[in-house]
Amino acid sequence: MSFSFAAAAVPTAPNIDWAGLSPLLVLLGGAILALIVGLSGPRSIRTQVVPMIALATFGLAIGSIISLWGQSIVLIEGALQLDPLTLILMLVVCGGGVVATLLAWRDQAAEEIAHGEFFSLMLLASAGMFVLIASRDLVTTFVGLELLSLPLYILCAARVREERSLEAGLKYLIIGSVGSATVLYGFALLYGATGQTGYSEIAAAIEASNLAADPLFLSGVAMCTVGLAFKASLAPFHQWTPDVYEGAPTPVTAFMSIATKAAAFGVIIRLFDVAVRPAVEAWRPIWIAIALITMVVGNVGALGQASMKRMLAYSSIAQAGYILVGFVLVSDLGVQAICAYLVLYSLGNLAAFAVVIARERETADGDNISALRGLGTERPALAVVMTISMLSLAGIPATAGFMGKLRIVEAAAAADYAWLAAVLVLLSVVSMAYYLPVVATIWRGATQPGTDAASGLPVLAGGAPEVEPAASRAGWELTLVGVVLAAAVIALGIFPQPVFNLVASAARGLGLS
Amino acid sequence: MTIHLSIILWLPAAAGLLALLLPARLARWISLLGALLVLAYAIALLADYDRAAGGLQYVTDDLWISSLGIHYALGVSGLNLVLLATTAVIFTASAIWTLVDEPDNGKPGVYALLMGLAQTAVLGAFLAQDLVLFVIFFDLMLVPFYFLIVIWGGPDRTSAVLKLFIYTLVGSLLMLVGAITAGVMVANGGEPNFLISELAKTPLGSTAQGWIFLAFALAFLIKMPSFPFHGWMPDGYSNMPIGVLAVFTAILSKVAAYGFLQVALPLFPDAAVRYQELIMIVAVASILYGSAMAFTVDSARLVLGYSSIAQLGFIVLGIFALDGRGADGALLQATNHAIVAGALIFVVAMLARRSGGSEKLSEMGGIAKGAPAFAAVFLVFSFALLAMPGTANFVAEFMILLGTFESKMAFAFIAAIGVALAAFYALRLYISAMHHRVGEKVKSFELTPREALVLVPLLLVVIALALYPQFALGPAQDGTSKALIAAQQVEAAGSETSMATEATP
Repeated sequence: MSFSFAAAAVPTAPNIDWAGLSPLLVLLGGAILALIVGLSGPRSIRTQVVPMIALATFGLAIGSIISLWGQSIVLIEGALQLDPLTLILMLVVCGGGVVATLLAWRDQAAEEIAHGEFFSLMLLASAGMFVLIASRDLVTTFVGLELLSLPLYILCAARVREERSLEAGLKYLIIGSVGSATVLYGFALLYGATGQTGYSEIAAAIEASNLAADPLFLSGVAMCTVGLAFKASLAPFHQWTPDVYEGAPTPVTAFMSIATKAAAFGVIIRLFDVAVRPAVEAWRPIWIAIALITMVVGNVGALGQASMKRMLAYSSIAQAGYILVGFVLVSDLGVQAICAYLVLYSLGNLAAFAVVIARERETADGDNISALRGLGTERPALAVVMTISMLSLAGIPATAGFMGKLRIVEAAAAADYAWLAAVLVLLSVVSMAYYLPVVATIWRGATQPGTDAASGLPVLAGGAPEVEPAASRAGWELTLVGVVLAAAVIALGIFPQPVFNLVASAARGLGLS
Repeated sequence: MTIHLSIILWLPAAAGLLALLLPARLARWISLLGALLVLAYAIALLADYDRAAGGLQYVTDDLWISSLGIHYALGVSGLNLVLLATTAVIFTASAIWTLVDEPDNGKPGVYALLMGLAQTAVLGAFLAQDLVLFVIFFDLMLVPFYFLIVIWGGPDRTSAVLKLFIYTLVGSLLMLVGAITAGVMVANGGEPNFLISELAKTPLGSTAQGWIFLAFALAFLIKMPSFPFHGWMPDGYSNMPIGVLAVFTAILSKVAAYGFLQVALPLFPDAAVRYQELIMIVAVASILYGSAMAFTVDSARLVLGYSSIAQLGFIVLGIFALDGRGADGALLQATNHAIVAGALIFVVAMLARRSGGSEKLSEMGGIAKGAPAFAAVFLVFSFALLAMPGTANFVAEFMILLGTFESKMAFAFIAAIGVALAAFYALRLYISAMHHRVGEKVKSFELTPREALVLVPLLLVVIALALYPQFALGPAQDGTSKALIAAQQVEAAGSETSMATEATP
């Protein structure tokens, strides 16, 4: 590494490590390619080749992440940091991207705003996530935040003929912009207080001038906290989440619930665990309060939701609360636990979305929980997938979700925050009351409304069973995604060590103890 | 290092999986075959366990999750030796019941798989020698039962099973936090190690022990269930299918009792002594409340449910007397009650067949008239339930009361009332079902050969235990003395210091 700050008078071209930037370059290149190919005439190219390009791009990005594995380098003169944390979280993002691409392949949303735009925007958002996760400078962070947000605003409104989707896009745009503005204001105050934009430089300035109690600095931290809480949908700044999750096209919701979450926690970890860590005692109580409120609001809000997407939205708020428990510890084990949790939780969550999408296409009930009724006899494979994913989200032993919670509990106990872990598990008991009824609905095999209980045939004339043609409407890729993910949930629930090895060095670039 | 325990542990799940994959008509046979194989293995263990040497035998110990220091460690000791065999007996009885006595309930393969998983989880909880492994199996026990109840349960199954799940998970997840905290605190910054034998070497600080012990105690008391943590029991019992309920009431409550001896007393002796009286109050309250309710409810199932609360109260009382005889009696009673309660659940189902499908005592009556052999079998089980002298239950309750009398006399006096109450509710169950005026819908008939296939083996076990309780008591004494030693030391040290402080002025 050879960069010099000495010759400050003459602006020198920044030293760029192109290999280190390769995940970003691949994603940006793929986005442009998808956009161009999407303009071509033949429909088969638009509907088949463009998703392939997106898949290949995410695959290549994963490949370049693996090739960079274990490295720790600073890119573009201190703007970005490529370290294990970046790589692990980008793995989650790109993995989520692969799944979301498969889920969106034959989706109505991609059809409506054209495939080229749809997948190109998804790749652009992923590129933004890379910038956000890797950034170690306030300015870069904001660029990443906007690069992530803008494509997602459009994707949420992708079903242009549907009012709910447009509403979701608009709502997300407005709330997201407020969040961005708040973050930006916070950044300005941080810069004003410390005179620095680099994260480690900010930390040094806080220590040097003893800013931990400085009002200007603390207001900056508060603004950043609020803004990022908006972005990561943490309570009490979460109100947009259920509406947006419900209104957005389901593959986009699935992508947001994984990738956006990983990116948001990436930036939260870097900003707070590196830049403003010297003032940890000032901000930790606030974040503990946010964690508690988020867990309560998520778990209570999810109760009694009839829409699966709304339920999963609240559930993802609750899960974000669990992750925050790992974050407020400000410890090496805590960061490892967060990364392990994100990896393990993603599997079950994406599997659930795969089943929801399949049922949206097969039944007239959309994402309502009633669409799952009788799934156990009608589509046993999907039923097993949904069951496993619900058990995993609920954190039942022998699933990936349990191992994720186990890591967070262990990290909390090691940092003397066992009481926080106790609150976590007690609130996750509440979550049984909304995950388990889904499982019961699947397996109880009750007769459907509008069905004659005695004969089991629909009351309406005709009575043609719509099972067979429905099954073919959903698409094999959904079943494939679901089964693979569910198998991974069980496998990693029994042998989680590979994931724990993966995240063992997660906090190496942060200098935590 | 042997593989025997891994075989016995995973055999039921493997049999269940096989039953699912092979044609449905074979499922119940395979399920029974799996249960019989486990039973044979358990009997072989009983015969082969070196009673003279005692201690932990057939140990399997592999590092499972190296980042967290969690081991896949299994072992057989005096505490779990007989309980393993009891588990095998009850699951075999349930498999026989499902094969010969239940009409086709649909999806027999799935049923076999879930029962197999349930047995594996229960055996895992009994065998685990690693604290986190124990907690994981303890939690895992619940999952197959969830599906068994949701798919085959009674009319209120959805809400009943949710209640059951939430109640038990509150306890067992707090227990998980407690277990992890214990391991992390013992490691004190180093690599954690959750082996129970390792954790027992370094006692925790007094404050930490206190709340961790309470988390464990809560989990166990809910699972049993004990008064006042029994809120899930009435709905849960009413909605479980018979084959499932027999296993649930017989075995799952015993895992909790075993947990006190295996985990709570050796690892948290200070707290066990400090909260001894609190737990004993809960136990005595359970005895009185359970007996009183068993004496008043109309549903035959719930008579057994509430009687279980009372019986488990005796077991807890015996354990927390912190006296060798009390704990031995408790462990013996765990086996006795498992066999008798499991058998009586089947009896209730058979009674319902003879009274037009109703399990209400008020709609039964006079069944003995057409079924003398059935009445005789039922009477033996009832006598065992009320701990008639001559049964092993009498031996066990006597030892429990003796142990309690030695350590906390007042509790023994109150608990003795419970013995009398047991006679009330056990005989009430028997008399109002078998004698009294003949119920309106009652059509009595003799014990069928198929029913006999279920009940007679259990009857033989009851008789065998009555004739030779020492068979179960022998290894128990070795196990309980090791489980109690830490708490007894704390108690002795406590009384010395209190005597010293009394002496100083």
